[in-house]
Amino acid sequence: MTLTASQAPAPPGRTAPPRRRGSAPRRAWRTFSPYAYLAPFFTLFAAFGLFPLVYTAYVSLYRVELQTPGDMQWRGFGNYTALLGDEYFWLALRNTFTIGVLSTVPQLVMALGLAHLLNYRLRGRTFLRTAILLPYATSVAAATLVFAQLFGSDFGLVNYVLGVVGIDPVDWQNDTVASQIAVSSIVIWRWTGYNALIYLAGMQSIPNELYEAAAMDGASRWRQFFHVTLPGLRPTIVFTVVVSTIGATQLFGEPLLLEGQISGGISHQYQTLGLYMYEQGWGFFHLGRAAAIAWVMFLLIVVLVGVNALIARRRSRKEAGR
Amino acid sequence: MTAPIAPAAASAPAAPATPPAGDPAARRTGRPRRGASRAGRTLHAGPVAYTILILAVLVSAFPFYWTIVAASRSNADLAQVPPALLPGPNLMRNFEAVLEEADIGKALLNSLIVSGSITLGTVLCCTLAGFAFAKLRFRGRGALLAVTVGTMMIPPQLGVIPLFMLIAELGWVNQLQAVILPGLVSAFGVFFMRQYLVQSLPDELIEAARVDGASTARIFWSIVVPVARPGMAVLGLLTFMAAWNDFFWPVVALTSSEPTVQVALRQLGGGYVHDQSVIMAGTLLGTLPVLLVFGLLGRQIVGGIMQGAVKG
Repeated sequence: MTLTASQAPAPPGRTAPPRRRGSAPRRAWRTFSPYAYLAPFFTLFAAFGLFPLVYTAYVSLYRVELQTPGDMQWRGFGNYTALLGDEYFWLALRNTFTIGVLSTVPQLVMALGLAHLLNYRLRGRTFLRTAILLPYATSVAAATLVFAQLFGSDFGLVNYVLGVVGIDPVDWQNDTVASQIAVSSIVIWRWTGYNALIYLAGMQSIPNELYEAAAMDGASRWRQFFHVTLPGLRPTIVFTVVVSTIGATQLFGEPLLLEGQISGGISHQYQTLGLYMYEQGWGFFHLGRAAAIAWVMFLLIVVLVGVNALIARRRSRKEAGR
Repeated sequence: MTAPIAPAAASAPAAPATPPAGDPAARRTGRPRRGASRAGRTLHAGPVAYTILILAVLVSAFPFYWTIVAASRSNADLAQVPPALLPGPNLMRNFEAVLEEADIGKALLNSLIVSGSITLGTVLCCTLAGFAFAKLRFRGRGALLAVTVGTMMIPPQLGVIPLFMLIAELGWVNQLQAVILPGLVSAFGVFFMRQYLVQSLPDELIEAARVDGASTARIFWSIVVPVARPGMAVLGLLTFMAAWNDFFWPVVALTSSEPTVQVALRQLGGGYVHDQSVIMAGTLLGTLPVLLVFGLLGRQIVGGIMQGAVKG
């Protein structure tokens, strides 16, 4: 195979004359060749993954404008103090939180229920699993454009259906709560099936004996769900809560495309931190300020994940003590 | 496809004993079905369960149906009360309009180039690195793996500002490589391939090849790659879909003169086009390719997500 020598970062084995004996260069290659396999990934990772993350903190201390990204002027914590004085930052923080709760909680509860049902013996279960994952295949942009249409104030299907039931049309764009529900519903639609499959995988790894023992003790289906399934699923639930929480802090496409406004609504009523960062950086050209927002988002994630871990540990300790 | 497709599972904290046997791929491999042992617990679904599940399927599918309805109507139809609920005759007209107004044709081609390159590159890089982490011994292995896994959860969106400054410096703004190269970085992929190879590639196979005098490179191409192929396929699928649907970074790095599909859709939703049926036609065109992939390989994608899940 001449292919191997030319394509892989491989030692030209033929040039090392004593093949089996392990000459010095050959031994040296043995030591270093693993790094050759890591090199492609880690080169890219360092340049386009790690460096930008770390450098964000540095940039956040400078004034950098979009038109002249090479020109950096020291600003200290100026970007951060400006942020704290901006009411739209606090609004975006609050919106991120409320939209996060509105989207994550129903999504995970419904996913848990669906997973439980999918864990039954079912006809056509491959079809059912694939079908509920369908929304995952769409992009944020496509899903949001369709939902924006459905949530149209005057001719949207949602308001029409509400009208049929006798509910007055809702202003899904300008009303704060309604617009945040609209944004959340897109998130819920796209991710519920995905999370249901993750829960299903977790449920299938719970040992069967636990259910048999519970059934023998006369536990009903409900009790089995609460006393076997949920505790067995705890690591999976913690995992999905963490991932969804992180995802919620990053929401960007949904609020951007609900009306196509970079401000997230006429009075910023559904602007998230992700969108606020984009507005500062690419709407107002303040890259330094945008970097400060990114860094705040990172700290927010660290805090949220920490709180999550704390609650999870508390709960498991409580249950162990029972 | 002979290797078991669910290797990543066994390392799960929640799954000490058995990998998820639910996915059909595992069934095909002749692994004993768990159906028999599960019968004691797993009850047949009743009508209520089926009703709820079918409802969930309808909710999942309805927006797709609605996209087709809206894309095949006219703007005037969509402003009617009651709204039209069946497809109309205007699909081709709307396709033509959106191809003209938003250059969806170029966007589709660009997305294909970008997602294809990212998929090939990612699978190659991740298989190489995953192999090294799984089967080679070297100094700093634990630390490097820890760094890789540790950054898996950090959203790449947080690094967009320096990334933008970097590609501006390189003169890559509005060029496809600005989206392709950062897209190749997949810590998840490295971890996924490592888990796959730890599970499905016996050390003895590598030892035997070494005794026969095979170089590591030879071992990689003749032994590792064939064994890893099913895992590479799943990683490739997930990577392709993620790359096709990626939104934030392409919107930042590209403009409407060199768009991917998502950039074109952002343009469509940005208020320049007012005809809702044309916007929906663009959405439909931009979603079709990935739906096609999903339609053909949906069960593999389901399997991939469920494997990836349990290791979490």
